[in-house]
Amino acid sequence: MKLKLKKGLNLNIAGGLNSDTQIIDLNVGLYAIVPDDFPGFVPKASVHDGDEVAVGTPLLFDKNHPEVKLVSPVAGRVRSVVRGERRKIMRVEVEASDTAVESPELPKPTDKKSACSFLAESGLLAMLRQRPYDIVPNPDDSVRDIFVTALDTAPLAAPASVYSSIFGKEDYEEGVKVLRLISNGKVYISHGADFEYGNISGAEMVEVSGLHPAGNAGVQAANIAPVNKGETIWTLDIETLGRIGRLAKGQRNFETVVALVGPEVEKPSLFKTVIGAEVAPILAGNLGNTEHHRRIISGNVLTGNVVGPEGFLRYPYRQITVIAEGDDKDEFMGWASLAPSKMSESPSFPGHFLKRSFRPDARLNGGRRAMIMSGQYDKVMPMDILPEYLIKAIISKNIEDMERLGIYEVAPEDFAAAEYVDTSKLPLQQIVRDGLDYIRKELE
Amino acid sequence: MGLRNFLDKIKPNFEEGGKLHAFHSVYDGFETFLYTPRTTSSATGAVHIHDSIDAKRTMIIVVMALMPCFIFGMYNTGYQHWLALGAQEFPFFSLLWYGFLTILPRVLVAYVVGLGIEFAFAQWRKEEIQEGFLVTGILVPMICPAEVPLWMLAVAVAFAVVFAKEVFGGTGYNVLNIALVTRAFLFFAYPAQMSGDKVYVASGTPFGYGTALPDGFAGATPLGQIATQTSSDITLTGIDGHVIDTWQAFLGLIPGSFGETSTLCILIGAVILLATGIASWRIILSVIAGGLAMGWIANVFASPLYPASFIPAYDQLLLGGFAFAAVFMATDPVTAARTNTGKYIYGFLIGAIAIIIRTYNNGYPEGAMLAVLLMNCFAPLIDYCVVQANIRRRLNRAKTKTVNE
Repeated sequence: MKLKLKKGLNLNIAGGLNSDTQIIDLNVGLYAIVPDDFPGFVPKASVHDGDEVAVGTPLLFDKNHPEVKLVSPVAGRVRSVVRGERRKIMRVEVEASDTAVESPELPKPTDKKSACSFLAESGLLAMLRQRPYDIVPNPDDSVRDIFVTALDTAPLAAPASVYSSIFGKEDYEEGVKVLRLISNGKVYISHGADFEYGNISGAEMVEVSGLHPAGNAGVQAANIAPVNKGETIWTLDIETLGRIGRLAKGQRNFETVVALVGPEVEKPSLFKTVIGAEVAPILAGNLGNTEHHRRIISGNVLTGNVVGPEGFLRYPYRQITVIAEGDDKDEFMGWASLAPSKMSESPSFPGHFLKRSFRPDARLNGGRRAMIMSGQYDKVMPMDILPEYLIKAIISKNIEDMERLGIYEVAPEDFAAAEYVDTSKLPLQQIVRDGLDYIRKELE
Repeated sequence: MGLRNFLDKIKPNFEEGGKLHAFHSVYDGFETFLYTPRTTSSATGAVHIHDSIDAKRTMIIVVMALMPCFIFGMYNTGYQHWLALGAQEFPFFSLLWYGFLTILPRVLVAYVVGLGIEFAFAQWRKEEIQEGFLVTGILVPMICPAEVPLWMLAVAVAFAVVFAKEVFGGTGYNVLNIALVTRAFLFFAYPAQMSGDKVYVASGTPFGYGTALPDGFAGATPLGQIATQTSSDITLTGIDGHVIDTWQAFLGLIPGSFGETSTLCILIGAVILLATGIASWRIILSVIAGGLAMGWIANVFASPLYPASFIPAYDQLLLGGFAFAAVFMATDPVTAARTNTGKYIYGFLIGAIAIIIRTYNNGYPEGAMLAVLLMNCFAPLIDYCVVQANIRRRLNRAKTKTVNE
């Protein structure tokens, strides 16, 4: 099956990888799991400071579904369970060491129930997302289809071959076997034209082409088999599929490849490390000295979290993007500028027509306004959704309209491109996140 | 930089507790106008970069697109005045200067009254100044006769800004186009100063410049002439009696509202708006299509009862405010239909209704204003139908599925 998506956004940002960039192995000392990265997961700690943990030892479990775990990605010792206001768990930090215990082997899954508990106990279920609501899947739900994306269209993302390099074809096929136990329908794998593994047996292969957000699993699902009210689909990326396959063969592997990119990075690089790794060793020596403020993002420029130089890799992001913050810059009448360095989708900027790469900073480039221009979001949303009307329904908390306009089909990340182009600078992803949380709270 | 330091120095006065806090919105408006705000994206759950386009740039581009019409309007105001005086020579800069002096007080009044109200509401609501009035303020004098009395203009602008915009929540929430509400208010409240054959040629001496025309000088606009025709043989004449052909109507050296006579300049504006992607080509195209279609139908069934039905369809587009409305009024994104399909319907109906009013209602020689205002009211309904189609598609999808299973 082939899927061609016409709408989307092509951002040309400086600091991308060269095609011959080699992957550097990097061992870091400190790792952290941040429960906020797993929406819908209400964390309860199952370890204490100083506990010895193995790869795959549960660190946190979900209050509502205790079988769903977040596990340690490395062997070592729990340095601390960091809590914020009202004892909310902010993160669990683990110091890596070689002297740790083995984690017990999980029984091989044979049916849906055992497959779900296999994923939940191993910490891999938390790495999947379900639609509706874009949350950690509920293992008790009946799953219509499962969508795996082997394509990353985000700005400055490494080529898909990099991300699928940790695991091999056998891992993916093993993974699909497990998912097929869970899915009532199909397991789709969406990939680009350069996918090197050919057909993964057991999966329905879909070749996707198009601009960002074509690589989002949810966007692909919306164009292959959209989610109707009452249905549930699961989405994951090819790396997680590989992890599932490897686990079925008895090995727990939380390795990942991270791309360090962005206009502020001197030498864009690829690192093979483990999820949750601290970012300082990754940044070390790769950022030049500058006077101005910088923004270090775990993720890409459209979706991701600011982590700062002391932060950790956040899930599910496989990029660290460094851009200028811009809050220390005075720009005289920036709105009138005709400078070719201004990045924009609007033809009113000369830069729009230039084949060059841009160095955007984090400023809003304007003030927040009511929705004025029409049709802007449409141009970058390759889904059968009327984004303006859905956003308005969410803002007015009209559950009936949200349902009718397709809120079950979307995730915040699908609105990232629209948020970027918006003249009115509305926080669309936050609005969608709040809307999804609100409707889930009201209906459950 | 000196200016930045000055702004930083006076800033505390405008903040909470400062002695000029009541003018905080004014300060904020100027500061963000002069310097791009330093506000950066939120740290989580949002994009980290934003497109360089913002509301200010969008609005200023519309103002730029209006400039050819505006400058032509200055020239034409002078030209019609000189023509009425029976002059043989038309000194370019004198004409321009006369037009400039005539329109300047109107532009100032429109901006001072409109922006004053905007600033006050922004202060009251503790919001940032909205840029919407930058466009409205220049549009209003352009769609009125050049010598509309200042106090009337002030009253009309105040009425439109308060009752058509601020009570709905400000820029982005209004149902009706503000500039057209201003014009409609003037048109219905003071018909004598807004219609007929006495108002469309500037007769005064702005700031003492030029020579006054005799009292009661009459120079009807082409549409005004048509409305009073009784035979099918329509000859349009300029105020000095020469015949106006299609080419002159296209250039715009005819009496009419200040900025909307020149189809050529409107086309230049349209090119700017379309090239920058700010106006919707769907709307402009469908307004023209609607106007041509209705103009053609009217022309086919031409009757002496309705003299305007004798003008060929393409001439309909050149006369009156039709082209101006198509490019600058119908395309206002806030009051137009927002869905792509809706835009075609909305535009087509504006074009068709403008010609219907113009042709079949002899009381109103010009229908563009009323057509746009009418369709502003219907735009939400059109969008509602388009949105319902999307909703039905989604429901059907779910239903077919259940049946198949």
